[in-house]
Amino acid sequence: MALYILCTILFSLGLYCILRKRNIIKIIIGVIIAEYAVNLFFVLIGYRVEGRAPIHAPDQKILNMVDPLPQAIVLTAIVIGLATTALLIAIAMRIYEKYGTFDITKIKELKG
Amino acid sequence: MMHDPTNIIPFFVIIPLAGAFIISIVGKRLKWLPDVMGILATLGLLSISILSVRFVNLYGTLVYTVGGWKPPIGIAMVMDGLTAFFVVTINLVAFCVALFSINYMERFTSKWKFYALFLLMLGGMNGVVVTGDVFNLFVFLEIAAVASYALVAFGTEKHELEAAFKYAVMSSVGSLFILLAIAILYSYTSTLNMADMANVLIKKGEPSNIMLMVSVFFIMGFGLKSALVPFHAWLPDAHPSAPAPISAMLSGVLIKSLGIYALCRMFYNVIGVSDVTTSVFLFLGALSMIVGGILAIGQWDFKRLLAYSSISQIGYIVLGIALGTPLGILAGLFHLFNHSVFKSLLFLNSGALEYSTGTRDLKQMGGLFKKMPITGSTNMIASMSIAGIPPLSGFWSKLLIIIALVQAGRFGYAVWAVIISVLTLAMYLKVLRYGFFGQLKEKLNKVREVPIFMKLSMIALACICIIGGMLLVYGFGRFFLNPAADVMFEGTKYAAVTMAAVQ
Repeated sequence: MALYILCTILFSLGLYCILRKRNIIKIIIGVIIAEYAVNLFFVLIGYRVEGRAPIHAPDQKILNMVDPLPQAIVLTAIVIGLATTALLIAIAMRIYEKYGTFDITKIKELKG
Repeated sequence: MMHDPTNIIPFFVIIPLAGAFIISIVGKRLKWLPDVMGILATLGLLSISILSVRFVNLYGTLVYTVGGWKPPIGIAMVMDGLTAFFVVTINLVAFCVALFSINYMERFTSKWKFYALFLLMLGGMNGVVVTGDVFNLFVFLEIAAVASYALVAFGTEKHELEAAFKYAVMSSVGSLFILLAIAILYSYTSTLNMADMANVLIKKGEPSNIMLMVSVFFIMGFGLKSALVPFHAWLPDAHPSAPAPISAMLSGVLIKSLGIYALCRMFYNVIGVSDVTTSVFLFLGALSMIVGGILAIGQWDFKRLLAYSSISQIGYIVLGIALGTPLGILAGLFHLFNHSVFKSLLFLNSGALEYSTGTRDLKQMGGLFKKMPITGSTNMIASMSIAGIPPLSGFWSKLLIIIALVQAGRFGYAVWAVIISVLTLAMYLKVLRYGFFGQLKEKLNKVREVPIFMKLSMIALACICIIGGMLLVYGFGRFFLNPAADVMFEGTKYAAVTMAAVQ
């Protein structure tokens, strides 16, 4: 249970970072933190105490195994997250070239 | 094996992805290839999507099991009435946009990158619509979304970058909520297949607090993707900043396939609608309609006006669909189709204006009707259609939505729908008045009509606007519109139908 609460706190921390920070790089870090919290949550769903990997061997009986599907899914989610992050950072670099700042209060050409 | 109708389903994903792959490998060297590839891929997709409408009418729901693994274990691709409706809408707009881009994208360097991203986005959208697996839906949704962030930033000027950053951050937060909801759903039902999930949820009986939380996360996530009003802040920046063909794709189909389709599929076919979700959707729809309409009328940037108007029209669609009555759903889907056609046409018009005059500011235009007759007349058709002038398609769908609202006893919403419809007329009269009629400005004397392919694509969309009302005609609607509305009206019966279709 404590793990789930920590996970929620991590997610809220990421959201806080996205909503409150003014620096573009910090916002990107916020997105990454929130993303990892969701990934962690997904892995926790498949976890069992003292479970083992569900690999079948002829002379073994599997009594208590972890669910492998969330792990496969999280792997995909991590790759997607990598693409998003890379693109965000590329855009941030271009923004710095054009505006000369990372401060979003100074990057306000578009209104409302 | 060749005659198995389910075999066409994976091609909705294969064709655009393969096209994007080929373009990104050899597109840099062969200058002619990206154009040809873009046209061929979208034309192929359009033809197989029309074929799929025929197949759905002949054989009912079709299920393709990827790799031969039967659902619920394997990933399934499901083609039913709603999917067929959406693939036709998406690929029709995509084809016209690809045609338009041949000439329009000459202004940008590295056209091949544009086509590669465009096809990637198209593949993502088609994937979202054909998939029958919740996590697969998320993956395709992200493919389309990441490609669209890059396309919004395509011009790499100040505005484009700022809009793209805003869009990317907000949209990825939306994706996170969707992933979180999927995680909770998976832990609750122990399955990812939509049909199986619906079955498990029916067996579990009464909705619990967990499902309430999942619903809230889905509304937040898909609401962000479809720009319903409290979540709309990215749209008025992102859609105008993209190159015009991409604005047409984003406003025309992306927010619908990623937002509205996913919302409908999850809530109607998997989770099942309750009174609470119905009233939340009605409220969000009405709010989007009103706020979008009011904000749109004050805009002077042509594309920004169109973007706000998109929010307003999405409100109409959600209002119709959320009613849950057969007529309401039919009207909502009908308006969705019409809106994809006329809004993408309007964005292409704005692109044509920008191509010829170099500005999007309505104050600097005027009297362009004589100089650009085709752009002017197609714009007039689209404007009249979106404003709801009788013989054109927009009138019928709005009328149906209002009738459905009155029938369901929601008079307040019906009155608002009428008022916003008048406001829509006013804002498009403003576009026509300042853009095409009135005095020709001195410096616009040398303006010329746009090249041939741009004209062709605008004329094609305008023709669909005119004959769009035909979709209501009995025989035509029975094949195209009614199966889609039926899938949503039947609700969680989707599970039984899909499972029965697995051979």
